[in-house]
Amino acid sequence: MIYEVVIGVEVHAQLRTKSKLFCGCGTTFGRTANSQTCPLCLGLPGTLPVINRAAVEMAVRAGLALNCTIAANNLFARKNYFYPDLPKGYQISQYEAPICEHGWIEVAGSEGPKRVRIRRAHLEEDAGKSVHVAGSNGSRVDLNRAGTPLLEIVTEPDLRSADEVVSYLKGLRDVLMYLEVCDGNMDEGSFRCEPNLSLRPLGQKEFGTKVELKNINSFKFVKDAVEYEIKRQTKVLNEGGKINQETRLWNLERGETAVMRSKEEAHDYRYFPDPDLVPLKLEKEWIEGCRKQVTELPAARMQRFVSEFALSEYDAGQLTATKAVADFFEASVRLFNQPKTVSNWVMGELTRELNNSGTEASASRVSPERLVSLLQLVEQGTISLKVAREIFPEVYSSGKTPEQIVQEKGLIQVSDEGALDQIIGDVLAMNPTQVAQFKEGKQQVLGFLVGQVMKASGGKANPGKVNELLKRKLV
Amino acid sequence: MSIHKLSLYELHKKFTAGEVTATEIVRAYGLRIGQVESKVKAYITQAKDSVVAQASALDASLKGWRRTSPMMGMPLAIKDNICTEGVRTTCASQMLGNFVPPYDATVIAKLRTQGYLLLGKTNLDEFAMGSSTENSAFGPSRNPWNLQCVPGGSSGGSAAAVAADECAAALGSDTGGSIRQPAAFCGVVGLKPTYGRVSRYGLIAFASSLDQIGPITKDVTDSAFLLGAIAGHDPLDSTSADVPVPDYLKALKKKDLKRLKVGVPVEFFAEGLDPDVELTVRAAIQELKALGGEIKEIQLPRTDAAVATYYVLATAEASSNLARYDGVKFGLRAKETKDLLELYMKTRQEGFGPEVKRRIMLGTYVLSAGYYDAYYGKAQAVRTLIRQDFEAAFQDVDLIVTPVAPTPAFKFGAKADDPLQMYLSDIFTISVNLAGVPAISLPCGFSRGGLPIGLQLIGRPFEEETLLRAAYAYEQSTQWKTKKPVIR
Repeated sequence: MIYEVVIGVEVHAQLRTKSKLFCGCGTTFGRTANSQTCPLCLGLPGTLPVINRAAVEMAVRAGLALNCTIAANNLFARKNYFYPDLPKGYQISQYEAPICEHGWIEVAGSEGPKRVRIRRAHLEEDAGKSVHVAGSNGSRVDLNRAGTPLLEIVTEPDLRSADEVVSYLKGLRDVLMYLEVCDGNMDEGSFRCEPNLSLRPLGQKEFGTKVELKNINSFKFVKDAVEYEIKRQTKVLNEGGKINQETRLWNLERGETAVMRSKEEAHDYRYFPDPDLVPLKLEKEWIEGCRKQVTELPAARMQRFVSEFALSEYDAGQLTATKAVADFFEASVRLFNQPKTVSNWVMGELTRELNNSGTEASASRVSPERLVSLLQLVEQGTISLKVAREIFPEVYSSGKTPEQIVQEKGLIQVSDEGALDQIIGDVLAMNPTQVAQFKEGKQQVLGFLVGQVMKASGGKANPGKVNELLKRKLV
Repeated sequence: MSIHKLSLYELHKKFTAGEVTATEIVRAYGLRIGQVESKVKAYITQAKDSVVAQASALDASLKGWRRTSPMMGMPLAIKDNICTEGVRTTCASQMLGNFVPPYDATVIAKLRTQGYLLLGKTNLDEFAMGSSTENSAFGPSRNPWNLQCVPGGSSGGSAAAVAADECAAALGSDTGGSIRQPAAFCGVVGLKPTYGRVSRYGLIAFASSLDQIGPITKDVTDSAFLLGAIAGHDPLDSTSADVPVPDYLKALKKKDLKRLKVGVPVEFFAEGLDPDVELTVRAAIQELKALGGEIKEIQLPRTDAAVATYYVLATAEASSNLARYDGVKFGLRAKETKDLLELYMKTRQEGFGPEVKRRIMLGTYVLSAGYYDAYYGKAQAVRTLIRQDFEAAFQDVDLIVTPVAPTPAFKFGAKADDPLQMYLSDIFTISVNLAGVPAISLPCGFSRGGLPIGLQLIGRPFEEETLLRAAYAYEQSTQWKTKKPVIR
């Protein structure tokens, strides 16, 4: 039997607000346990939630970028269940009226560009973390994360392969990072994905039984887990078995999925409207204000780079892969209008330094201004391209200006004819054979002679000037 | 001069004039509480030491200064479901027996800024669930008019403390009648403000869409005075209304009901109404007429559905609001449990009393998959109808007048084994919470057994001034206010 794979994905994206969804506590990752808490996010009796305006703005911005309808009337609901890291015994989420609905995003599919429909995206608060300390009796609870704003983004079952899932997730993550509503950090849990997957005989309309996958925190694991699950389900069905509706956890060490809970064990969350929060009304003008903040998205920016800067699609694609790099490039080009040169430097030297120091482009120690001042030194003939490349690591790490470094190291290019004449005279005197060969018409030896002059000048001679003077002398 | 016999407003005048110090006030109330508290049992926690310190600090800081804030130096009692920083707040539950809030409720923060004196935290039915204080984990309070009778509930401790002169005034909370019914049973004045008029921040939630804090006082003037001190928009409470707070004392200038139409809903004078209550309330309505009110018979046809609607919605919200008491973060934690599930179960078994458990179960049930539409969904729809009943009525009238409770205070144990009978004692007060409108309960006479009877006036949203004006006119034209219980 040939089966068609049907996959939908739920993503929990942490919104990049300064404070939590319903209180003023900070959201910084990795702080001392329970240091970012207050009576509200500890669930103390009598406290009341107040919605964070920035979180609503970010959700609306994401929804607009994902071509969603934005709800004018937003309801918050309580999702009731007991867990030690859920301080109130319920999570404030959205149920009946999510803030974003009926959107789509275009991603690379197995047969060309593909539109993946977004069913809904809703605001909710995150839970805390249970920490199980090895060797100790019992668990600890850290509520720093409790109340952090999340946007849960749910697709329709439109994806058909592991590669498509990864392609969707990358595209979605790019968009959210571009909008600066999510930092996209999968290790820290800022972008969590849960694919759900079923098989059906090719040509059948009804969906098969769905399995949800959890515990996946990288694109590679998404691919591995989905591929494993496709194989597993195919095998079960081919052997005449039945797929159980269940949630399965990806086990990284064993490279397989295992049952976490079955449908029968599923909670009855007893959703109902949260009486502590009044319906949140979003006015049309306000939504339009958010639309103005929807920045250019990666695909559009790539196209613009191709047409505006005459870059290849490959270069433009590399430059726009992250917003920070693209921003760096554009800022530099605005100061130094040689797109191809700037592109080479950003993707070459700059990227190497960023990678070596494990830094994001947004936190680069070299500013566009400083990179451009280096490029200008080359442009003006003050230093050679070679010297520029050699000193870039120091420009990056020392915090000194390129001019300063060039001065200190005496790297200023020698273009003075008098000084060059002397070096050239010495080189010609030391290489009579090559001089004779050139005069016999062997043009190639010119390069050799230039090289000798450069060497003799300690790399500081202006190669163009050397070329010109040599020719004059030899003819 | 017996300080404890003064009304809040009278005491305020004396304090402002410098005729009495905070320390003298605290001493006087300390004596009074010492005399009667063992009989009345109004308080769960007396803030004996801290209030003495508060008073002397206040007196010291006031030397030579004017005393301007309304509640400065005023000795108040606070229902023990309102959070007071540093002072134990139990909700009359074992679950919170050791809970000391690290923050003040907004109403307390307001009073603290004004320099009030916290005498203590008053008794209630556990988590404000009940009508008699018999559901308190710390034992019931007693009615100062007859120690064999309940003071009503759930704010029974606050009402008893006011009636027994154990405080100048008190705060209560009202979810289905919990301010008005005990005020009626104890012969004092209780005001449930419009939903959203007073911040709920720091009020330990029973049913969030119905709960509202309000004053319980010796007379109508005090009610206006204390409401003004606690009302107003609070950015910490999304459900609090951004409506300006008028000077409620100014509403008391007119001593009549001229040009006010007063509706009498036929449904509130039906079967089951105690004859003494009916007689007394009808006489009060005649008095309102004599004061210039135009009396009209009106209808609130969905009244019969109010109790059922309330017990679906309030329990649903409560089942969720009380989920946080799980033994993990604060409050009671059961000892010697072997795993998480047992920790939850034993903590909640030991921490909650039977009525709270009953309501959590009811609420969980009505929200469950498959039952939600039939119960919670239906009840929400009926709530809308009940609200519309009031909106329609207020097209024709400015005020609605009803009894507060079907009977005067009942004896201990009379209804304790019959939750339904107990629930019905709130039949006249519940629909007010469902509609979110304001209402006041004030004394209008006595039963043949010598127990106070209350009159309820209901007004339009945010028209507390109209309620207070009418209540004040009635109070001034009658002698009920002058009657005080003899505690024995």
